[in-house]
Amino acid sequence: MIPARAALLAFVAFIAAAPLVLGEYQVTLLIYVGLASLVALGLVLLTGIAGVMSFGQQVFAGLAAYTTAVLTTKYGASPWLALMAGLVLVAAIAFFLGAITLRLSGHYLPISTIAWGIAIYFMFGNMELLGKYTGIPDLPPVAIGDFKLATNRSIYYLIWLVALALLVASSNLLDSRTGRAIRALRFRGVMAESFGVDTARLKTVVFLYAALFAALSGWLYAHFLRFVSPNAFNVNAGIEYLFMAVVGGASHVWGAVIGASVLTLLKEWLKDLLPTRFGASGNYEAVVFGILMLLLLHRASTGLGPLLARWFIKPRRREVSLDAQALPRRSPLAGETILVVEKSSKRFGGLVAVRELSFDMRSGEILGLIGPNGAGKSTVFNLVTGVLPCDGGRITCRGERIDGRRPTAIARLGVARTFQHVNLVGNMSVLENIAIGAHLRGRSGSLRAMVRADRAEERQLLSEAARQAERVGLQANLHDAAGSLPLGKQRLVEIARALCADPALLLLDEPAAGLRYAEKQALGELLRRLRGEGLSILLVEHDMDFVMQLVDRLVVMDFGEKLAEGLPRAIQADPRVMEAYLGSVQ
Amino acid sequence: MTPDIVLWLAQDGITNGAIYALLALALLLVFSVTRVIFVPQGEFISYAALSLALLQSGQVPGVVYVLVAGGLVAAALDLARAIRLRDFSALPTALAGYVAFPCAMAALAWWAAPLKLALAWQVLIVMGLVVPLGPIVYRIAFRPLANASVLVLFIAAIAAHYTLQGLGLVFFGGEGLRSAAFSDARFALGVVQASAQSLLVILASIAVMLVLWLFFGRSIYGKALRATAVNRIGARLVGIRAELAGGISFLLAAFIGTLSGILIGPITTIYYDTGFIIGLKGFVGAILGGMASYPLAVAGSIALGLLESYVSFWSSAFKETIVFLVIIPPLVWLSLRSRQVEEEEEE
Repeated sequence: MIPARAALLAFVAFIAAAPLVLGEYQVTLLIYVGLASLVALGLVLLTGIAGVMSFGQQVFAGLAAYTTAVLTTKYGASPWLALMAGLVLVAAIAFFLGAITLRLSGHYLPISTIAWGIAIYFMFGNMELLGKYTGIPDLPPVAIGDFKLATNRSIYYLIWLVALALLVASSNLLDSRTGRAIRALRFRGVMAESFGVDTARLKTVVFLYAALFAALSGWLYAHFLRFVSPNAFNVNAGIEYLFMAVVGGASHVWGAVIGASVLTLLKEWLKDLLPTRFGASGNYEAVVFGILMLLLLHRASTGLGPLLARWFIKPRRREVSLDAQALPRRSPLAGETILVVEKSSKRFGGLVAVRELSFDMRSGEILGLIGPNGAGKSTVFNLVTGVLPCDGGRITCRGERIDGRRPTAIARLGVARTFQHVNLVGNMSVLENIAIGAHLRGRSGSLRAMVRADRAEERQLLSEAARQAERVGLQANLHDAAGSLPLGKQRLVEIARALCADPALLLLDEPAAGLRYAEKQALGELLRRLRGEGLSILLVEHDMDFVMQLVDRLVVMDFGEKLAEGLPRAIQADPRVMEAYLGSVQ
Repeated sequence: MTPDIVLWLAQDGITNGAIYALLALALLLVFSVTRVIFVPQGEFISYAALSLALLQSGQVPGVVYVLVAGGLVAAALDLARAIRLRDFSALPTALAGYVAFPCAMAALAWWAAPLKLALAWQVLIVMGLVVPLGPIVYRIAFRPLANASVLVLFIAAIAAHYTLQGLGLVFFGGEGLRSAAFSDARFALGVVQASAQSLLVILASIAVMLVLWLFFGRSIYGKALRATAVNRIGARLVGIRAELAGGISFLLAAFIGTLSGILIGPITTIYYDTGFIIGLKGFVGAILGGMASYPLAVAGSIALGLLESYVSFWSSAFKETIVFLVIIPPLVWLSLRSRQVEEEEEE
């Protein structure tokens, strides 16, 4: 086992020394590995982490390659200027394609990426300006000042400099405020929205990065070969890039390099080996790649990267300082009416889940929302937090109307929630999960994160997360993967994450389920203390002892309607409530 | 553009559109029952068209190797499963379907190829060689992933396509082939000279659609497939095995793909990778129809065929580019219509 940092240094040393000791053929192979790593890196971010699948990355590489080919050979532009033009063009096209497909459900994007992959391939192959199927020869080399990168060995360094820089930048990005939000996109979009992450925008951002990484690769490729033709950008190239990301392990940035190396070298090896074994020439490597992918999907869907990492790399554990400057807090509210629900309804087809429900909450109050299973309690949570749109009525929070608003806008008003079905990013640490709650309390975006200009703020966010973890009693579990905790502790993570948002209104959906007696006592104590600080808490819970000891008032729901409202003692004596819970006595 | 040309292009467009419509139906069928985006559809087209052309020239199509080898792998998987579960009851059926039938078909093809039998017999042999690959591909590539997400199934579909296309190049080579026309007859249909070939394609498509309609409306298997498409778990609870439904839907899709290949073989030259492009046009047709309704998918596919026909008259070089960019407008429309309610993928 070697530490992660040492492994990185060893890799950089290998890349730096390789051209000095290896032959021309091996250097050329490493160039192809570097170029493919760039595209695969974009796919790791896009597919492996954000969960958006694209088979069309070769389109962006091709657009940048052709842009520089045309501008440098036909108009005598400098390759650097052509790079800028290519990046702008790719960004514009990726933005448009992302805008029309990223909001659609899962399978439209991959299908349409294949479709425009074919469209652009035939366009490259048929345009007079682009040299049709023969392509454009004689591109000038890239020059830095007067130094021309005309040899393979010199452009090798440029390619790997870019690749390494983007690998480091991407892993910085994933370890940041924006990165945590990106890692929640794939499986936890609703949760991320509830803490103020604009998931549609963030997906577009990741899609743009992936496209721009591919564009850089295309530009470097064009000036390395000094020649472009459509064949490098056909649909199969796009498919192979995705295979690389999957083989290497799409959940980690270094999976891109592993996948690109394995497939590039395997392809080269198979090209030499198989035709001599089987006689006739044929696309044997496609058959092998296809079967390899199927085996991988059936047997080890995480890819090679995580396997290798588990065997060889000692994970780095980050220390969290609790003494970072505290984040600014919301000014406390006193005696204000914080939430008003008026005649709100929600239907699912013929089923009325909530019917003309009305209640209100003051600040510094704990309101219990109880009722038998299926009474509509969780639907009320989803209406208040904007996860579901209302079918009628009006909901006001702190004087602003919120029904019809998006969850992100409602989160900004200081509404934070937990989920009945625990909604954590399983492979992220407890600390990072809790820090998602503070998303709206930070400002640093993806670019700042990539160059580590966000560290001061990041320290504040993480130490806030650690403080909230301590508050719910999770200080011993900060670095455990959230998915590995028992259910009761996962619920505590949910609560700490909500507290991390510095909420004015806290919605807790069955927070005590799965907790032991002592933990319940501690939770009740914590909630009372929060109430003392002026926080309002809307509580759904089935443990009646817990509820009755804690709440100021109760709203009882049955079949989507309000059955009763009042003080705990009065509710306990209400015959209608007893009937709803226990059935009629007759 | 004279009226004759307009009509002639329309005939051409409707002929191709009818084939795309068949493919779109197969894709929708497979997607709704198994959640697999059936990218390998295209290989069935290529395999069928190339096999028919080879049989017509008296050669044994290389697909026999793919069929026998694929059948053996599928049977081996079933055998391993039977050993693991200590339940050998389903094994005889599996061996008959995956080993005995493919071997018999291969032997038949070896025997029949030099005889240059009548067209109808050759078509039947091609069907027997290519259609069984559908359930075999399902067994090998997709059944082990029955509970995976749509996106993982999509990668598997691409991998299966990649493998089959590579095998296509190995066994059929890189040259294109065109099978002989079923009939050279032409006859006047009003003012147009219609070719019997086009008419045959259109009639065959309509016949298949009718059969599908009867199958889904009347037969117990058709109803089982519809039930699985509506609600997988519910269907399982009433005793419909998802694997059976998956196998049947792949069998139907393979039949449709093979038939499309046989029909399109005489119209255009087919290379080992042409089927992929044709199959994707079926996708575009299905997307034009909103990817949900069968009649709309048929309408979308016919519209695509017509568009392709007129575009190729206007600018043949950019035909493919335009045909594949046509999916952008419906995507914009679908995107504007979509609600922000996320369907969450499960970890």
